[in-house]
Amino acid sequence: MELCGAKRLGYFGRSQFYIALKLVAVAQSGFPLRVESINTVKDLPLPRFVASKNEQESRHAASYSSDSENQGSYSGVIPPPPGRGQVKKGSISHDTVQPRTSADPQEPASPVVSPQQSPPTSPHTWRKHNRHPSGGNSERPLAGPGPFWSPFGEAQSGSSAGDAVWSGHSPPPPQENWVSFADTPPTSTLLTMHPASVQDQTTVRTVASATTANEIRRQSSSYDDPWKITDEQRQYYVNQFKTIQPDLNGFIPGSAAKEFFTKSKLPILELSHIWELSDFDKDGALTLDEFCAAFHLVVARKNGYDLPEKLPESLMPKLIDLEDSADVGDQPGEVGYSGSPAEAPPSKSPSMPSLNQTWPELNQSSEWETFSERSSSSQTLTQFDSNIAPADPDTAIVHPVPIRMTPSKIHMQEMELKRTGSDHTNPTSPLLVKPSDLSEENKINSSVKFASANTVGQQQAGVVAHPPAVPPRPQPSQAPGPAVHRPVDADGLVTHTSTSPQQIPEQPNFADFSQFEVFAASNVNEEQDDEAEKHPEVLSVEKASDPAGSLRVAKTDSKIEEKTAASAPANVSKGTTPLAPPPKPVRRRLKSEDELRPEVDEHTQKTGVLAAVLASQPSIPRSVGKDKKAIQASIRRNKETNTVLARLNSELQQQLKDVLEERISLEVQLEQLRPFSHL
Amino acid sequence: MAVCVAVIAKENYPLYIRSTPTENELKFHYMVHTSLDVVDEKVSAMGKALVDQRELYLGLLYPTEDYKVYGYVTNSKVKFVMVVDSSNTALRDNEIRSMFRKLHNSYTDVMCNPFYNPGDRIQSRAFDTMVTSMMIQVC
Repeated sequence: MELCGAKRLGYFGRSQFYIALKLVAVAQSGFPLRVESINTVKDLPLPRFVASKNEQESRHAASYSSDSENQGSYSGVIPPPPGRGQVKKGSISHDTVQPRTSADPQEPASPVVSPQQSPPTSPHTWRKHNRHPSGGNSERPLAGPGPFWSPFGEAQSGSSAGDAVWSGHSPPPPQENWVSFADTPPTSTLLTMHPASVQDQTTVRTVASATTANEIRRQSSSYDDPWKITDEQRQYYVNQFKTIQPDLNGFIPGSAAKEFFTKSKLPILELSHIWELSDFDKDGALTLDEFCAAFHLVVARKNGYDLPEKLPESLMPKLIDLEDSADVGDQPGEVGYSGSPAEAPPSKSPSMPSLNQTWPELNQSSEWETFSERSSSSQTLTQFDSNIAPADPDTAIVHPVPIRMTPSKIHMQEMELKRTGSDHTNPTSPLLVKPSDLSEENKINSSVKFASANTVGQQQAGVVAHPPAVPPRPQPSQAPGPAVHRPVDADGLVTHTSTSPQQIPEQPNFADFSQFEVFAASNVNEEQDDEAEKHPEVLSVEKASDPAGSLRVAKTDSKIEEKTAASAPANVSKGTTPLAPPPKPVRRRLKSEDELRPEVDEHTQKTGVLAAVLASQPSIPRSVGKDKKAIQASIRRNKETNTVLARLNSELQQQLKDVLEERISLEVQLEQLRPFSHL
Repeated sequence: MAVCVAVIAKENYPLYIRSTPTENELKFHYMVHTSLDVVDEKVSAMGKALVDQRELYLGLLYPTEDYKVYGYVTNSKVKFVMVVDSSNTALRDNEIRSMFRKLHNSYTDVMCNPFYNPGDRIQSRAFDTMVTSMMIQVC
């Protein structure tokens, strides 16, 4: 005991303190009297800290204790010299508590910490707390136990133990450093809880938790934001998550989560509220982030913190959503969000946070529009690169990738309304997502795609029908646009076609697509045949998109024929338009300008261009590439291309459906307006 | 203004009932109770056709001199009853529909909570908040 006392007296540091506590615990278990004496001694030198100490200790006890047994033994009390009485209790409780089996919600105990209690270990605690730089706030003790919280939980086996610990530590965790305890309420609540039990528990706990106490303290003191999750805590949460759901990217079903959190012995009503707060995407399951938030709230609640009405920002599974959307293909294990939703996924690559942060902003539809409306300039491409994350969610939504991103979903809905724009952006996003060497190529591709998209919407159908040849995404989106244009004069088509051949040679002049135009030209010829077949369909579809389609329908018929012949030229003409901001497909639909026609022709060309672009990607590495790096780069590019193509394909499919619907409506209109059609 | 909002379970016992004016609550409770018969009548009348074609929004159940009672039933036979002040003529049908939609969404969220046992009283704070906002806003 003396040793303990000596140690205690000499302890300033936490570790020392904890060792002292350990000794105390040992001593207490074995020598109740000693504890008493120690306590009395402690009381004397630090009478004024009794109150605070008691609080501290009670908190400490709370932190350590998740033992219901301890609670029972304590009854409140404690004016000094409480130590003695408590010491006895402590000793008694030692035996009972030591096993520390029950993780009963020590809520009553944890908050307890009546200032006047001076559990056997309190002297130690006091000392430590006293020495603590922060003022003698009662909160201090909380801070101490706080850090122990997580480690304590971790030290304990099983989630239940963790829960118990958590509950015990309730006071500390949310508190920041000892000094900065701003939350007096929690302290007070603690005080109101069973101080005695807490103290006893503390004593007992100290035995077992001495080692973890330090950790817990660290944790509690590390809170800058009451709701922030420290790394230790987070690690603990993740471990607990793994025990339930090995896949970090998976979800914990509601029933499993219910059982888990019921172990924390919180009232069902509070657990229900915690669930409402943490299930962000309202899907009835918890992702890792949601689970951590829920766990954190449970811990806080057990420590006496009232549950917030709204989920604190630091607990929001934003990253998850963003990560999911961003990662769509590349990053490991990001769980879809939820949560909104989100819901939203455990794996958070460190690189994503930055993207994620920008994400919410990017998610705004306005931003999407800007992207889509930007010309396929390098600058635009650059922007897309930086906005890969946001782009992904859009893309992701298009694809059947289960992503719980409520915000993104909403955004996606908005984007769906502007599909054409999104199409433009989406295609680039997958490309841009991969930060590989192909970034530049991607840019080019995206630019090409945009160009093509701008031009001929009609060809989208053709593009879709086209085999692998990279049906450039923009093209499909452009289909509606060009379709509108198509209905332009048949004469225009004729002239267009006639000019198209002339335009073909012009393609190579396009700066942006110079590299690809050559390919495009070669590919265009190949594709034209295919596209020619599809033109009729495309044209009809495009007609549908044109509200004033009646006249155009007639025209398109003629145009179709012409176009098939002029498919080649179309590409050429497209070449001219690629620079045009891809993104005004929506507007184009409403347009009935001649430009549309040329775009139609260009569509095929663009398809070729795109194909060329895509083809160029792999070819580029080959040309360069005898180096392993080049090969790897080419592999990466190919993979990216594959991803892009897959996405493009799905988007094109959707566009095809839309176009077909438009076609039907236009045909109806045509029948109605036929008598009035002229030309 | 929604003077009273009630959620009735399939077995016709209330899961949640809240009135704005704290006095005369019993009167509102009684009105909701009597409206259940009207709801059943409407449901059975519509139910002849396939359930798919059944509208969830039942519309005005019955008007009194002071209040109008609107009903909404979900596919799981959970009924939402809303009592609105008649003096508030600015309230259009669309607004009532949107209010019921919000109610339905919030109810779904409550159901998703694994800690909620279907058949229990709804004690979700989020649900309360939503209902309060509806009752105040509509006012």
